[in-house]
Amino acid sequence: MNQSSVRPQSLNKVEICGLYKVYEETSSEAALDSISDRHVLTDLNFAVPARSFTCFLGPSGCGKSTLLRIIAGFDTPSRGEVLVDGDPVCGPNPKHIFVFQEDGLFPWFTAYENIELGIRNLKDSQKRHELVLEYLEMVGLKGFGGYYPHELSGGMRRRAEVARALIANPDILFMDEPFGALDFVTRLQMREEMLNVHAMFPTTILFITHDIDEAIQLADQIVLFTERPTSVKEVLSLGYPHPRDFTKGDLAVLRRHIYRTMGVHAAL
Amino acid sequence: MSLNGQGLRNWFAVRWSAFLLSFFIMALWETAVHVFDVKPERFPGVMQVLRGLWELIRDGRLLDYIVASLFRVTWGYLLAVALAVPLGIFLGTKPFWRMAVNPVIQFMRPISPLAWIPIALLWFGIGDNPAIFLIFLAVFFPMVLFTTSGVAGINPTYLYAASNFGITGHEFYSRIILQAALPEIITGLRITLGTAWLVIVAAEMIAVKNGLGYLIVDARNSLRMDQVLGGMLVIGFIGLLLDNLVRQLERLPSVRWKRLKQ
Repeated sequence: MNQSSVRPQSLNKVEICGLYKVYEETSSEAALDSISDRHVLTDLNFAVPARSFTCFLGPSGCGKSTLLRIIAGFDTPSRGEVLVDGDPVCGPNPKHIFVFQEDGLFPWFTAYENIELGIRNLKDSQKRHELVLEYLEMVGLKGFGGYYPHELSGGMRRRAEVARALIANPDILFMDEPFGALDFVTRLQMREEMLNVHAMFPTTILFITHDIDEAIQLADQIVLFTERPTSVKEVLSLGYPHPRDFTKGDLAVLRRHIYRTMGVHAAL
Repeated sequence: MSLNGQGLRNWFAVRWSAFLLSFFIMALWETAVHVFDVKPERFPGVMQVLRGLWELIRDGRLLDYIVASLFRVTWGYLLAVALAVPLGIFLGTKPFWRMAVNPVIQFMRPISPLAWIPIALLWFGIGDNPAIFLIFLAVFFPMVLFTTSGVAGINPTYLYAASNFGITGHEFYSRIILQAALPEIITGLRITLGTAWLVIVAAEMIAVKNGLGYLIVDARNSLRMDQVLGGMLVIGFIGLLLDNLVRQLERLPSVRWKRLKQ
């Protein structure tokens, strides 16, 4: 495992190597080996291809969010490591932007000011202004720059946060159930827009969801997790073109397979 | 229909009713004094109180006293806020120090600032300084607590997002921490300003020869109940104005989010 110094230039953006996460009080080496309910993540090994749209799919409370936080550098593994471009992650990084479940925008800044934070290191203020307007327009918030988050709808807030993330031109975009709190139709619209984002930006996207259909529609790769203590059950590759109709052909078979794997048999 | 009054559109009607109500209370007061034939030395009517106030306005004492009281409150208050907010931010961001210091502050806070009067006089003699010191005590400890709890209660998502965009150092404190805690800090500012105004009157009854507190003691000594009550009216009225002043801060668009969320 410890050959990162001689690792060839790989096509994988993120590699998870023997990763464990145990709640703090027991994170001794002995505790790691005896599996208990304090284990959040056990021995995860998988890779995320560069520029892919990878969905983490698993039951609620299985530790998907914990894993995403670890990859983003907000949390640390108890054992094992996360490599991004071959180097271990050490803390949050302005090139790896996280889109939160909700409340990710700073409520005391306007939509404009929030998005501007994504390019706060850009010196040229004229350029900064132009970019913010461009991204506001891109996510359909033209004219809403001066609004505070609490004055926007849930969908608009999500869009503003996605714009704030994208304007930073990130290598990796983390999304932790970003559309979970939205109504059904808005959710489908946001899904569509994520596909556009994926086509337009050369960003690797790591996307948590517990919605199987959402994962099938969006993902190039699905990582299926088991219940706690969480490990990787299966890594599925989905080389199908968009838009996808999961009621027919291979995708329908795949969808049934995922439902069964997650323990749903009758409701298909 | 919400109970916090946010849906109340008719601002004018609300103010007008408040005005009418105070007018009604004064009319009731004046009538009661006449009907029950209360002696003016015991409880004067409104008209007599207003005449007593007019006397104070004409010889310029009222204005002098108001300025003197506001001067002391302003200094004690600003001094306390200027020290309490940074200390609160420090304690709010450092759980270890918070737990170490909190018992001390909780211990100091319930001791009435008036209990400090002997020490204030001993240390600062007479004049403005002991009064400013008492105001400082009345504001400092609650303000530290408000700021600390505001900072400690910041939604961790904001901290994650800030670190994600590489916001650090003084920018982190001024644009994230202070802003996120601002709604609670402003609540603290409003409540402590009320306390400060309560304390200044008591403080001025002892250490100084002017101010609204002194006015009341002085009027009592010369058996001018009309001016005692007049002083009370002025104190209440200025308290109301101060509260309205700080309340404006709560309307800042970058602060309103907190109230809307609850």
